[in-house]
Amino acid sequence: MTTISSVAAQDSALPRLRVDLLPLLLVPVLALLMLPLIGSFPTWVTLTVAGLAMGMMVFMMASGLTLIFGLMDVLNFGHGAFVSVGAFTATLVLLPMKGWVEADSILMNLSVVGLAILLAMLVTGILGWAFERIIIRPVYGLHLKQILITMGGMIVAEQLIHVIWGAEQIPLQLPTTFRGAFIIGDAALEKYRLIAVGVGLTVFVTMFLVLNRTKVGLLIRAGVENGEMVEALGYRIRRLFVGVFMAGSALAGLGGVMWGLYKETLTAAIGGEITVLVFIVIIIGGLGSVGGCFIGAMLVALVANYAGFLAPKVALVSDILLMVTVLLWRPQGLYPVAKR
Amino acid sequence: MSELLLQLEGVHTHIGQYHILQGVDLAVPKGGITVLLGRNGAGKTTTLRTIMGLWHASRGSVRFAGDDITHSPTPDIACAGIAYVPESMGIFSDLTVRENLFLAARGVKSADQMDEARLEWIFGFFGALKKFWNQPAGTLSGGQKQMVAIARAIVEPRKLLLIDEPTKGLAPAIIQGMIAAFRELKQTETILLVEQNFSFVSALGDTVAVMDGGRIVHSGSMAELTEDRDLQHKLLGLSLDTNQ
Repeated sequence: MTTISSVAAQDSALPRLRVDLLPLLLVPVLALLMLPLIGSFPTWVTLTVAGLAMGMMVFMMASGLTLIFGLMDVLNFGHGAFVSVGAFTATLVLLPMKGWVEADSILMNLSVVGLAILLAMLVTGILGWAFERIIIRPVYGLHLKQILITMGGMIVAEQLIHVIWGAEQIPLQLPTTFRGAFIIGDAALEKYRLIAVGVGLTVFVTMFLVLNRTKVGLLIRAGVENGEMVEALGYRIRRLFVGVFMAGSALAGLGGVMWGLYKETLTAAIGGEITVLVFIVIIIGGLGSVGGCFIGAMLVALVANYAGFLAPKVALVSDILLMVTVLLWRPQGLYPVAKR
Repeated sequence: MSELLLQLEGVHTHIGQYHILQGVDLAVPKGGITVLLGRNGAGKTTTLRTIMGLWHASRGSVRFAGDDITHSPTPDIACAGIAYVPESMGIFSDLTVRENLFLAARGVKSADQMDEARLEWIFGFFGALKKFWNQPAGTLSGGQKQMVAIARAIVEPRKLLLIDEPTKGLAPAIIQGMIAAFRELKQTETILLVEQNFSFVSALGDTVAVMDGGRIVHSGSMAELTEDRDLQHKLLGLSLDTNQ
């Protein structure tokens, strides 16, 4: 049988794999550069772990949004609503089961937080389904309308939270065994921050495995690049859209619970307040890129923490400065997603 | 005349305010290669996209294997047995060659379950794919990407392949190789091939339809068109001269 391999593979050497390591190096390089500036190793460790913990929580909230944008081309400015609803839904478990929260038992503490997370993800996932169906679906492809209607959706969600939970702040108690810190040498590593790092890494690894090792994950990645071709291969991209929107909303709900426990106080605006940060992260990472989103979240949080320690006034604009710097270097973000 | 696999009758397609297809009548017999020729802007790509449901016909009908697919959604049309290779190739550049083919193999749940005999058959045409199996498709050359795009269309048996300008931008040596590959393919597949490169399709086509101004202006056997220089000039004009 005749083949065209002989002619098409004239450039017979294997194409060089373009593994872009530079963005991966940013986080460790940034951390190491800060060590001499901070001067104290224990302080550096504490700041770095705190930054990584915050970064993980921001990643949980941002990862869904970046996939929603990448796959569906939807600018969801209402994403913060799922963060707020997730955090408030957690109170439905954490407040009535206060005994479990206050118990000096890691098993009871983990159980009650796990239950709160499950409920929050379930509720925000279902809310995401309704949000996509009612609010997003009529405005596919219309970016300006998407911005307006999703911001409107966020305002409605905040007001509904006021109606259901009231306008007052709600204190959210951190479970007993999650409090305190591990003291290693002179460095204090807060337990909850380490838990947040663990949960964030679990989410990242799970997303990585799903996106790289499953057919659904490959379809999502393919859909981010060329949704029309995915349809032409026989798959209903609309179902993928809905699934990703629900998953992204549920992840925001998870982030909301973690963020709420971190802040220990809830207001309806908790999601709205974090929305700007989430958008900065996904822009830095490259819209649609989960890996970029992860690195972006770490960078934003670390820079905020280091700047807060070294130059508190600069910390107020550190996120924006970081975004501008990254975009001057890579205008499409750290890991731009190929589009058709 | 052999059995018709695809039939378009009076198909009109609008894209926004533009009236692109203006009553296309096209019949694709089962087996072999039907070539759709025409100048730029004649409506060839729009015809393929309308068949595939990526743009919907505003009037007329598209029948495939006896079923009306005029208003069917694209995934249903694909599942009915039509594979599409767009002009842009539609390669998922972030995915490996293996993953690109795996997504096209709808019947399997893991890449390891892909039909090995079928893959070997494909490697018979496109041997380079075996070598680049685990390479991201985005790192391949234009010719290699075209191989991935066509291999993806035939990784599982399909009733009809719609292939849009496969030689566009490829080196002459690769085009010669592709002619050989298409000759093999047409023994088992039915192909509707859109091209502007007459020398390429004249060596391959069994039947031909020529488009102009959103309509089919000629249809018949490829042998007849290849032999009749006057008809070629009348139908294809300058585009033909430049491609010969």
